[in-house]
Order: sequence, then structure tokens, then C-alpha cells
Amino acid sequence: MTATINKSTTTKPPAPLSVRLSRLWGGVITALTLVLAAAWVFPMYWAVVTSVKPDDETVAAPPTLWPQKFDFSSYSYIFQNSPIVRWYINSVLTAVLITFLVLLLSILCAYALSQINFRGRTWLYWLVLAGFMIPFQASLIPLFIFINKLGLVNSYTGLVVPQLAAPIAVVIYKQFFDQVPHELGDAARIDGASEWRVLFGIFLPLNWGITVSLGIVTFIAAWNNFLWPFIVMNDTAKLTIPVGITQIQSAYGVAYAKTMATAVTAAVPTVVAYLIFQRRVTEGVMATAGLK
Amino acid sequence: MLNTAPSKTGVLSPEKRTQLRKRWLTAMLMAAPFILFYLLFLIYPTLRVIQLSFTDADLAGNGVWVGLTNYTKLFTEPTFWTALLNTLYFILLTVVPNTLVGLGLALLVMRLKRLRNLAMAAFFLPNVLPVSVVTSVWNWVLDSNFGLVNYLTGSTVTWFQDPVWAMPAVAFVTIWWTVGFNVLLFIAGLQNIPPELYEAAALDGASGFRLFRSITWPSLWPVTSLILLLQLIAQFKIFDQIYLLTTGGPFDKTLVLLLYAYREGFQQQHGGYSSAIGVVLMVIILVVSALQAKLLNRGGR
Repeated sequence: MTATINKSTTTKPPAPLSVRLSRLWGGVITALTLVLAAAWVFPMYWAVVTSVKPDDETVAAPPTLWPQKFDFSSYSYIFQNSPIVRWYINSVLTAVLITFLVLLLSILCAYALSQINFRGRTWLYWLVLAGFMIPFQASLIPLFIFINKLGLVNSYTGLVVPQLAAPIAVVIYKQFFDQVPHELGDAARIDGASEWRVLFGIFLPLNWGITVSLGIVTFIAAWNNFLWPFIVMNDTAKLTIPVGITQIQSAYGVAYAKTMATAVTAAVPTVVAYLIFQRRVTEGVMATAGLK
Repeated sequence: MLNTAPSKTGVLSPEKRTQLRKRWLTAMLMAAPFILFYLLFLIYPTLRVIQLSFTDADLAGNGVWVGLTNYTKLFTEPTFWTALLNTLYFILLTVVPNTLVGLGLALLVMRLKRLRNLAMAAFFLPNVLPVSVVTSVWNWVLDSNFGLVNYLTGSTVTWFQDPVWAMPAVAFVTIWWTVGFNVLLFIAGLQNIPPELYEAAALDGASGFRLFRSITWPSLWPVTSLILLLQLIAQFKIFDQIYLLTTGGPFDKTLVLLLYAYREGFQQQHGGYSSAIGVVLMVIILVVSALQAKLLNRGGR
């Protein structure tokens, strides 16, 4: 009979050979996991390190793991010689606006679908669910034609509005609102509170957690969105940063420090958001995947 | 769940009637903003793409009905089959490998205690990067002259321009970028397995791989199948990485469906023909999604 099956056991038996072997094995596995984790992060580390090296050091024959000489001129160069600051502002504004609107529209629609008895509710919910599976990428051509007809090509409105059409947040909010005990809303309604007050006074505060999670996940997705901003914007100054950096990198050629500086700059907000709100992001990802 | 408690049948008092109307109005006011965007920018284009696929429209949307011409052209066009096969090849290189790597990493991460969150963050971090950051980082790491990989291995392969290596290289980058998502889902799945199951099996003398085969794997299957299908849907729509790393080259070796649609539509102004490609893509994805819905329902959600 083997002594330890459950490796996470913390009891301290007299430690026969099999136990010591399994501890050794556990140590090896732990080390392997940490090495893999380090390897996963390494390309990002390498990008950051490259961006603060002088150009000649980036291509030096034995590559230097740590810069022999720190050189931040790539950053000052890209900030002075490209519209990167402008792109940054574009990205911040559009991503924040998209996040706010997605949450607001979804909360309102989900509340109506979840809490108000009205004619056509079932039908409306099916309509929303139907769009759940539709890939917007398949209808890029008519979307572009339509946005063009509205005169919104190359405009921030044209960039933002198609990103408000995805029903996922509505479906998630409806599930969360469905779980709120009926008595809470009914008590307030009897006291004469309007549906708006019930929503913003009771349901939203009760679901603050998922709101924060969805907000961060939506922000990251909006910041990272590539395909639609790439298609709808043709004025260089109006690009978002993930699209913008692809336009200048080719001009830098072998100036790898500059290329990496643009990449690092573009990644900062989402990486910081993730590192600060790790648990919230996990929660949001689970919700969007249909788990929980 | 959807059964709405019906209002009392029979004659309604005027007060009740105004109350119902007011309620209906409130509901409409709340639902309308989202529904409006949803209908205009998701449902309408989805219906319109079908209609456009039967026309010779340009990128301004002007064109005449041409019947099935786009489809017959599509199915006899070798480039379309190249794009379809390349998409399937990309799926082969990513869907199952990405799922297995995700499972392996999740199992490893679960064994950690204090460092668990740190390791999880390490695997998930690439996921939050914009695609163009991912591609520029890997363009640098895999650079043929000064890249770290070629320096360490002594290789001279130009990974993303090589007819043989381009697609596997893009697949590899994709896995690095997205596997953290699978790791998260698998960890959630692993945490939901009741420890008693393992304890009972341990009492029966099961250990190591047998525990995995008889408990972990079957308990995880709902999550695994969900991940496989989510991957499948995502990879059919592959565009960004391919466009940025290879632009479909060399010699169309990495040309995929959406990139083909993009080329035809936005570069050649063949709006109708491009729409036909879009319709094919949509049908494929809806079929896969229907599978997913069936699966999720079976899971009792």
C-alpha cells in the first residue's frame, strides 16, 4: 500500500522512503512548473529588455540577458516621432466609452428581460440569444457598407457602435439578475419604487462584483480589438494603438529597440489592469465562457 | 425560466391597464437601446451578407443580382479550397494541442500552493496583450538574423516566411498567446471535482495515472469539450495573427478563410464574392456553435 496518494497532504508521518521519494518528485514537478511559467513570461521580459538597450546592443552576438547599458532613447524617439500619444488617447477614450456603454446597455436590457413582465419578453430574449452565436467577422462587408452609408467610416462613432452589438453581457447579466431573490425587488416596488430605482438601487449594487469583472474584461477586449478598428479607420491620426503600432514598426526595420518600445507601450494598460485585478479578470473570463 | 407570470385574465380595471402599459413602456425603454444597436450592427449585417452574396456588389454596396454565380465561382476557385484547407490545417495545429497544453499546465499549476496565483498569472498574462504586441514580440524572438531562438539553436530559418514553417510558427504563437484562457477554465473545472472522489479512489488503492484516468479526466470532460468547441469557433475565424505575421504568405501557404474574404472584399472590391465567403464561414461557425449549445444544455446550465 502506498503511503501518499494525495500529494498535498500536510500531515507528518515518520517519513519512510516512499514518502521522501514522493516529496522529491513533488519538488521536481514544482520546479518544472516554475520553469515553464518563467519560460511563458520570458518573451515579454525579452521585449521589455530589448526596448531599453541601445540599438547596437540589441543585435550583439551573445545576446545580453540584462542590458549592459540602459538606454531609454527608443521611448523618447517613438513619443516624439510618431503619433503614438495620439493613438494612446484614441484607445483610452474609445475603450472607456465602449466599456461604459456596453455595461449600461446590457444592464438595462437584462433587467427588463429578467425582472419585468411584459408582452414579448420571451420573444425578445430568444432574439438576443439568437445573436449569441453569430460571428460579426462573417459580415464585415455589409457592416462596412452600412457604416459607410451612415457616413461613419473613419470616425470614432463608426469605431465604437458595432462593438456595442454583442449580446454576451446581456445574457450574463440576465443570469445574475435571475438569481436575485424576488422578495428584494417586490418589497421596494410595494413601497412605490420605480423599476429604475429597483435596478439602480438594489440589483446593480447586488451585482457590483460581476459588473467590475465584466467591465475590466470588456475594457481589455476593447483595447485589444484589432480587426474592426483596422478596417474602419484609414486616417493615421485616428488609429487605435494596437493598429497604429503596426504602421510604424515596418519603418523601423532592424531598429528592434524602437519596435519593442512601441509594443511595450501598447501593452501597458491591459497588463497593468490584469495584474491589479487578476481575480476579477478570472471571474469575467469564466462568465464570458459560460462557466458560473 | 422564461414563463412569465401572466397578468390576471379576465376584465382589467382601468388602473390595472394603465399600470400594465406603464410597465411595458418601462421595459421597452430599458431594452430598446441595446436592441437597437444589436439589430442595426449585428442582425442586419448578418442578413444583408446573405443577400449580398447573390449580387456582384462592390464595396459601396452597389450591384445587381447574379444568382448563384459567386458560389459556383467560389467552389471552383482553387484559392478558396486552399484557404479552407489552410484554415483546417491551422485548426489541426491549434485546437487539440492548445487544449492539451492548457490541461497539462492546469494540472501542474494545481499542485502548487503558495505560488499558484503567480504561476497562473504567468500563463494567462499573454492573453491580455493586443495581438499586434504578440506578433511584434514573436517577430523579434523568431527573427531570422538576430532573434533569440535562431541564435540559441543555430538555425537560419525565416520562420514566418518559410513555406513549411510559417503555419506551425503562427500556431505556436497562437498557443502561447491564448493557452492561459484554457488554463483558467481547466483550473475552475479541477477545483469543482469533489476531493472525496479522490479519497475514495485512494482507499481503493488507485494512484497516479489511474486516478487521472478514472476521476480527473471524466469529471473534466464537460470543461474539456467546452474548451475544444470554443477553440474551434475561434480558430475558424483566425485572421489577426496571420495577417500581421505572414499576410497569408508565402505563396498563400497561410491564406485562411477570413483573410481570403478580406482580400477579395477590401482589396479587390469584390463585395458580393467576399460576402459569399463570409456566408460559408458563418454557416460553419453556426453549425459548430449549435453543437456547443447542445453540449452546454446537456451540462444542465
